[in-house]
Amino acid sequence: MKTTYRTAVHDALRDALRADPRVLLMGEDVGRYGGTYAASKGLLDEFGPDRVRDTPLSELGFVGIGIGAALGGLRPIVEVMTVNFSLLALDQIVNTAAALRHMSGGQFSVPLVVRMATGAGRQLAAQHSHSLEPWYAHIPGIKVVAPATVEDAYGMLGPALADPDPVVIFEHVQLYNTSADIETLAPTDICSAAVRRGGTDVTVVTYGGSLPKALDAANELSLAGIDCEVVDLRVLRPLDDDTILESVRKTHRVVVVDEAWRTGSLAAEITARVAEAAFYDLDAPVARVCSAEVPMPYAKHLEEAALPQTAKIVAAVQGLFGDRS
Amino acid sequence: MIEFRMPALGSDMDEGTLNEWLIKPGDTITRGQIVAVVETTKAAVEVECWQEGTVGDLLVPVGDTVQVGTPLATLLEPGERADTPTGRRPHKRTEPAAGAAAQPAAAPTKPPGAPPAAPGHRRWVSPAARRLAGSLKVDLDAVAGTGPQGAVTISDVEHAAAAKPAAAPAAKPTAAKGTAAERAAERAAQMRQAIAAAMSRSKREIPHYYLAEEIVLETAMSWLTTRNAQRSIDERILPAVLLLKAVGVAAQRFPEFNGFWRDDGFQPGTGVHVGVGISLRGGGLVAPAIHDVPDKKVAELMDDLTDLVARARAGSLRSSEMSDPTITVTNLGDQGVDTVFGVIYPPQVALVGFGRPARRVRVIDEGIRIVPTVHATLAADHRASDGHRGALFLTAINELLGQPDLLEK
Repeated sequence: MKTTYRTAVHDALRDALRADPRVLLMGEDVGRYGGTYAASKGLLDEFGPDRVRDTPLSELGFVGIGIGAALGGLRPIVEVMTVNFSLLALDQIVNTAAALRHMSGGQFSVPLVVRMATGAGRQLAAQHSHSLEPWYAHIPGIKVVAPATVEDAYGMLGPALADPDPVVIFEHVQLYNTSADIETLAPTDICSAAVRRGGTDVTVVTYGGSLPKALDAANELSLAGIDCEVVDLRVLRPLDDDTILESVRKTHRVVVVDEAWRTGSLAAEITARVAEAAFYDLDAPVARVCSAEVPMPYAKHLEEAALPQTAKIVAAVQGLFGDRS
Repeated sequence: MIEFRMPALGSDMDEGTLNEWLIKPGDTITRGQIVAVVETTKAAVEVECWQEGTVGDLLVPVGDTVQVGTPLATLLEPGERADTPTGRRPHKRTEPAAGAAAQPAAAPTKPPGAPPAAPGHRRWVSPAARRLAGSLKVDLDAVAGTGPQGAVTISDVEHAAAAKPAAAPAAKPTAAKGTAAERAAERAAQMRQAIAAAMSRSKREIPHYYLAEEIVLETAMSWLTTRNAQRSIDERILPAVLLLKAVGVAAQRFPEFNGFWRDDGFQPGTGVHVGVGISLRGGGLVAPAIHDVPDKKVAELMDDLTDLVARARAGSLRSSEMSDPTITVTNLGDQGVDTVFGVIYPPQVALVGFGRPARRVRVIDEGIRIVPTVHATLAADHRASDGHRGALFLTAINELLGQPDLLEK
């Protein structure tokens, strides 16, 4: 049976609420409206307004409430509508949630989960479409995960709630309608990257909404005789260096696909780590496919042109092969 | 800035000695101009340069032996100005000649504090390729790069390592200057090594198949006799030239026999340049090209052949003649054998052999006749072509020789 990413997120929330009375969900429109992306439909009816709460339009406020609830012993899941809006809550997440354990000498921990939508592709323009995951991945004291598959959309919430420290979950808006044949959904981990496709010629490292594009590119390239290994980062902080480096040492070539802007991106960080730890295994320069460095355009053709696309990934991979390709 | 590099004058050459510079810094050179004389194990070869420009620096002094691919000189492209500080000199070896000869493979050694040897950027070698070359003891200066922007990759080093093992130990004792006789013996020994490497590679890598046919030369010979009657003795055309032309024209029609097998694929030749096997007096052989055979008149080919044989035996072939053959013809008729089954010269994919033309008994039109015939054979690379096409190719040669007027088109 086909399960969608949206359903997997929904079921993960429902199962978490059922499993632990300390879990609550709050955010803009998560209750009566059922969630901007319909991930919490029906949860208000099942669990009531004490555990599924609509909040005012104040990210600074309700993320702060989530931190307070976590400090007080609850296990809050706070939904922020998009990563662009989460900038209003940066003070809470960076200055408070991430820092409290360290500033209190380990006396306090903040077992908070913040979910937010990220990414472009739905013509929502420059204030709703960006990929700011790299900013969060920069911050010590939190974990940052990006489920890119239906399994992870369900499976990462459980370990995120179990973690004693803040975990930020990024759900790419283009993934909600993707689906997969899955028998039973089960918890996965929030510590490792995953090889989504094995290959020998080049490693394509990506995460989130770019994973399907990378897999499409790998299929296309296989027709041209180039065997791509596709690594899904899954966890953006802390990065699973071992999985990335093991793959690079096998294939000797790397393309990093990251929907964020190239400058100061996760793509930049991965490139640096590869250069630091696998320089002598490289047979070609590291290549990156990122978004154009402009605020995300509204016009459909411009938005498509600004984003990493399958054809750009194919071209970047082919660029690593010279005459012999 | 263009780097003019030591060319590979045949697949069995991995280094060459610069005998003479025919240009100096500041000279303007035109496409195809002969710029240097390089001594290989086979011959002293006049090296052409196929780029236009102004000579910048000469990087390798006369007498040095360097690996194929080593920059020999820099050229400024038309319109380009020398942007390097004036007064920068090409690297002069300060060591005595013996010292230099001891490490012929090394790129120009840098005196301390000197500016970098190669202008522009240094040769691009991927980190992994460099490490692999170290462990396989492959000389990177001799490896051609096929990666992005011509960088040397793991795959290039692996190819070089696979191609080298036989040649490597033999390449050392160059440039030990002795008497002329010693040098001749030395060169003969090196040529033996070069032939050994090329032929071993051929038989190791190329799945040969062989076809043979007896071709009746009656029409061709009488056509030639009529023509030669109008010529003075020294202008007469030899039957070998007709055979050459027939192979060239047939190769144009059957392109899968004309070209190279490289990197697991066939690359058709651009033009039909027939290599002619020429045995040398001191032993050994070379197979330099006559260019664009199908486009030339028979008389022109005769002149080319005469010139080529003379220069081959004098040891003054040109680089394009050494590196361009797309198919080879070997003709052992002079030695009196009836049939020759050849070994393909890699990376070519076909070799046509001709034995001795002789009067032989044949059944023609239900009668027994004595006619001049020649045994033609095809040795072809089964990776690039199949026997069916090979048979058609050989038959085409036969038919062309039966209608010599076609050859003069």
